[in-house]
Amino acid sequence: MMILSSIDPVLLLASLMVASTPILLAALGELVVERAGVLNLGVEGMMITGAICGFAMAVNTGSPLVGFIAAAAGGAVLALLFALLTQFALANQVASGLALTLFGLGLSSLLGQGYVGIKPPPTARLDLPILSDLPLVGRVLFSHDLMVYFALALVALVWALLKYTRAGLILRAVGENHEAAHALGYKVVRIRILAILFGGACAGLGGAYLSLVRVPQWTEGMTSGAGWIALALVVFASWKAGRVLLGAWLFGGVSVLQLNLQAAGLAIPVEYLSMSPYLITILVLVIMSADKSRAPASLGRIFHASQ
Amino acid sequence: MTGDLLTVSGLTKAYPGVVANDAVSFVIREGEVHALLGENGAGKSTLVKMIYGLVKPDSGVMTLRGAPYAPPDPHRARTSGVAMVFQHFSLFEAMNVAENVALGMENPPPLRDLAARIRDVSETYGLPLDPHRIVGDLSAGERQRVEIIRCLLQSPRLLIMDEPTSVLTPQEVGILFQTLRKLTAEGVAILYISHKLEEIRALCDHATILRQGRNVGTCVPRDTPARAMAEMMVGSAFAAPARTDREMGAVALEVADLSVAATGQFGTSLRAVTFAVRAGEVLGIGGVAGNGQDELLAALSGEMPVAAGAVRLWGEPIGQMGPAARRVLGLLTAPEERLGHAAAPDMSLTENAILTAAAREHLMHRGFLRWGAAEAFTRRIISAFDVRTPGPSTAARALSGGNLQKFVIGREVLQRPEVLVVNQPTWGVDAAAAAAIRQALLDLAAGGAAVICISQDLDELMEISDRFGALNEGRLSEIQSTHGLSVEAVGLMMGGAHGMEVAHV
Amino acid sequence: MLKLEKRPQPSRLWTWVTPILAVVITMLAGGALFAALGQDPVEAISTIFWQPLFGEFAFYYRPQLLIKGAPLVLIAIGLSLGFRAGIWNIGAEGQYIVGALAGAGVGLAFYPTESWVIFPLMVLAGAIGGWVWGTIPALLKLKFGTNEILVSLMLVYVAEQLLAAMALGLMKNPEGRGFPGSRNFRQYESAHNAELITGTGMHWGVVAAMIAVILAYVLLSRHILGYHIRLAGQAPKAARFAGVRSARLILFCLGTSGALAGLAGMFEVSGPAGQVSIDFNVGYGFTAIIVAFLGRLHPLGILLAGTLLALTYIGGELAQSNMGLPAAAIQLFQGMLLFFLLAVDVLTNFRVRLSRPEVA
Repeated sequence: MMILSSIDPVLLLASLMVASTPILLAALGELVVERAGVLNLGVEGMMITGAICGFAMAVNTGSPLVGFIAAAAGGAVLALLFALLTQFALANQVASGLALTLFGLGLSSLLGQGYVGIKPPPTARLDLPILSDLPLVGRVLFSHDLMVYFALALVALVWALLKYTRAGLILRAVGENHEAAHALGYKVVRIRILAILFGGACAGLGGAYLSLVRVPQWTEGMTSGAGWIALALVVFASWKAGRVLLGAWLFGGVSVLQLNLQAAGLAIPVEYLSMSPYLITILVLVIMSADKSRAPASLGRIFHASQ
Repeated sequence: MTGDLLTVSGLTKAYPGVVANDAVSFVIREGEVHALLGENGAGKSTLVKMIYGLVKPDSGVMTLRGAPYAPPDPHRARTSGVAMVFQHFSLFEAMNVAENVALGMENPPPLRDLAARIRDVSETYGLPLDPHRIVGDLSAGERQRVEIIRCLLQSPRLLIMDEPTSVLTPQEVGILFQTLRKLTAEGVAILYISHKLEEIRALCDHATILRQGRNVGTCVPRDTPARAMAEMMVGSAFAAPARTDREMGAVALEVADLSVAATGQFGTSLRAVTFAVRAGEVLGIGGVAGNGQDELLAALSGEMPVAAGAVRLWGEPIGQMGPAARRVLGLLTAPEERLGHAAAPDMSLTENAILTAAAREHLMHRGFLRWGAAEAFTRRIISAFDVRTPGPSTAARALSGGNLQKFVIGREVLQRPEVLVVNQPTWGVDAAAAAAIRQALLDLAAGGAAVICISQDLDELMEISDRFGALNEGRLSEIQSTHGLSVEAVGLMMGGAHGMEVAHV
Repeated sequence: MLKLEKRPQPSRLWTWVTPILAVVITMLAGGALFAALGQDPVEAISTIFWQPLFGEFAFYYRPQLLIKGAPLVLIAIGLSLGFRAGIWNIGAEGQYIVGALAGAGVGLAFYPTESWVIFPLMVLAGAIGGWVWGTIPALLKLKFGTNEILVSLMLVYVAEQLLAAMALGLMKNPEGRGFPGSRNFRQYESAHNAELITGTGMHWGVVAAMIAVILAYVLLSRHILGYHIRLAGQAPKAARFAGVRSARLILFCLGTSGALAGLAGMFEVSGPAGQVSIDFNVGYGFTAIIVAFLGRLHPLGILLAGTLLALTYIGGELAQSNMGLPAAAIQLFQGMLLFFLLAVDVLTNFRVRLSRPEVA
């Protein structure tokens, strides 16, 4: 009781919003990729590449905004490698995704050599007048940095795009049945490459949010599985944008809560608390995996327009 | 309406190792039904893909209404007034009818307006469709309606139909023909691809016949005997399989009250299927695609175990057994999909022989494989069934459809089955190979085995089976002797017109 | 314009040429990378690939090849079985840790008793530890349909936390003056995985790796189970038709690869590493994925690939100390290797053709 009372629920909810943003961005990107029928397991690699690209650019220019742009570009460049492998060289998507992660981890720690122990320029909080002064709600919802709102807007955007637009319809068609989409004259490979690039940019942004806002500093391997959790989140969300948001809040909540419990000095060794986000991920997968029917039908299959 | 709509001259397309089309020329006139006739592999599909902009010809030119026509992609073909109904539908199962139609249109209206237009058009042409239904839940005939309506909404000048009747009951074929005649009366030309001669004689004004990629002749089907067209198509005459009168033995396989839930989201459940087949008998099971054929095969092969008593071999319950145990007892099967189901594409023929014959042909000893014996067995299949291949180490995917099918059937037949179940044994196979496969099935039955042939080819079933039943939405019709069975009766057993209305012509 | 044409069947020649080609391309790209870092590329490449084998201090580095290679080969052999069957265990790092913890736990429990049974018991415990950690994703996949990739990977992070908890808690050396880490097995003869022949680097883990290579070879080429593994990976529907029970295959592949990874961890902790410590795991479980692919999922190929990757570890350390090349550069180098391998792999199944300009 003592311990729980030392945790401020308002602060907890506010930091939940922050903690959920990186995986929300990464998962949203991966959602679009998977709806196009591509399984990119390289999210972790793209995230950490984004984390260092964003960090380095932000430190060198002093502008977090430039950092975020660089992070998106960095993630997209890495995703482009994946696209080349899977869409042109027709490599196995699982193996290519793993390669991307291993490559990204190596690349980021090389790029990050000179950035350990530096503080990045602070990302400004966007206090919304009046709204952020509201009791409780103001602190929880309306006093965050721009990226939090950007991520939320992106959820709405992706949702609307998939549900209401022709582009979304075509994207889903490519993911459902690439042969049929090809037969109707849609450029399967081109559409998929665009989706993969979008996924990479989102993962990069998510990574940069970690290194620039959430932590905020650069350490090797700092994503520590966030990219994989984002992948699990897409399964959790049954490939629906709205539910990605729900899942991200759940995971954000768990990780914030365990950090708070650590800080509150609970009588459990820190290591066991640190396991909790990963164990929760497994638990969620167990609960959500029974129904696979929502997965795009062409997910992970190689497409080659032969004859 | 006798102007030339589409002229094709000298179209050539070569793929590595095969010339799919060699200088093909013909003319389609406005408002006519033009047949493109040929065996599997004659180059029909490549030809229409060039017309629809999916494949670019190596040489040759086309004109549409006198203007040069060279569509770089299907979008351009559609805007030029060319539409196509695919044989293997270009549909998206998880989406609804309206979304599927929208995907095949150039400038679809908003989905709500589109739904209304789908209702209008489908009623005008006697092809009722609910725009909000999920395509995965539709029958094969209904799916074809989706494709046709998608084309009609764009007011095409030329409608290409690739083997449209292969998924329809005889009654549904009748309705389709009425729809097509209504269209031609409105001036739409139809390019009708088929290998079924009677259909072409009933429907088409002109026919172009392809053999091995070449245009080998044109004719007016109404004035040409079917026999003459068949000879042009095949190049030579084939002996029809020889049936000998034979004694029926005891009941070999008995299926009683077999009910199985659908496999996968859009599968069909089997409902209380009951039949028996005797030693020496060929039982034909017909039905339109997607009415439970795959599920029936899976229940018989053991891929989908069922209640023990639902399947009995020589009176013993085997329903709960897996495929390997059933093979040991003498129940062998050959599924429809050759590459990926009956055979592993990237594995050699020897490895593929082990796939089903490991135990029965003693190709392994205490779990260790006897590669020498496996290769000898493979060679036996190759020579006995005239499989054209460089040798046993060739990958399965390198074989042509007909040769691989001969290999698959041969692999099972040479294991001396007591009961053999085949699904679509001659689908996509050239006439010579098909005749050989049918003969092998008849010989097997003559030797005392029970044969169950599941097929969508009614002619085939009438030719080889002693008794016939049809699957319709997972239910098996009453089984009747094929002797003197009329096409109408067969059609009704297959489910008649599946609730379709006759077009208001 | 370049066009890909599917070969009628996979090219045997290219199957074996592509890994070599990938290594060569990686060396070129790696050289460019090192040049970009301000190093002499030729010197860097020779430091990594030549010096450890034939340089002045080769007598020291050659044994290291066995020490680093053994866990890589052992883990990769296990992974290759699953990868062939389309079962993706990428949590070998976690199974490696848990195997090490289980093995070390048994050893430490007996301290200070000396007996010949202790080491065999530790080996058994190591295998069981890894097996358990590998079987968890298998069971969850079978019962609930979870994705084994994500579960096995999540278990890596759980295992890392477990390792830290053990090194700081239960297994901490009571005589260690508060330093984290367990007792050192070098000072506990019955539990020490010592060099079998002095100065060669040969230890029981190397023997186990050799046995694993041979058994895997026999399994894959001569046994029906190996045939079923290959069949399930290439054509899952055909495997079901043949009567392969996928549940058994999943349990076997994930369990076996877990056990082998656990063994690797156990041999490492009781030998070269010597103790349970927070930074015990160095990524062998992930590098083994590269080894498995580079070796074409073939046991003999894995043996060669494992040796090559061991060389990059040793050469990397050498380059780090001699030239100041960052450790991350080697990690990147290994990642590039897998990348290029996957890229050139297209040549095995496809022919690249220069197509004529389109005449429409």
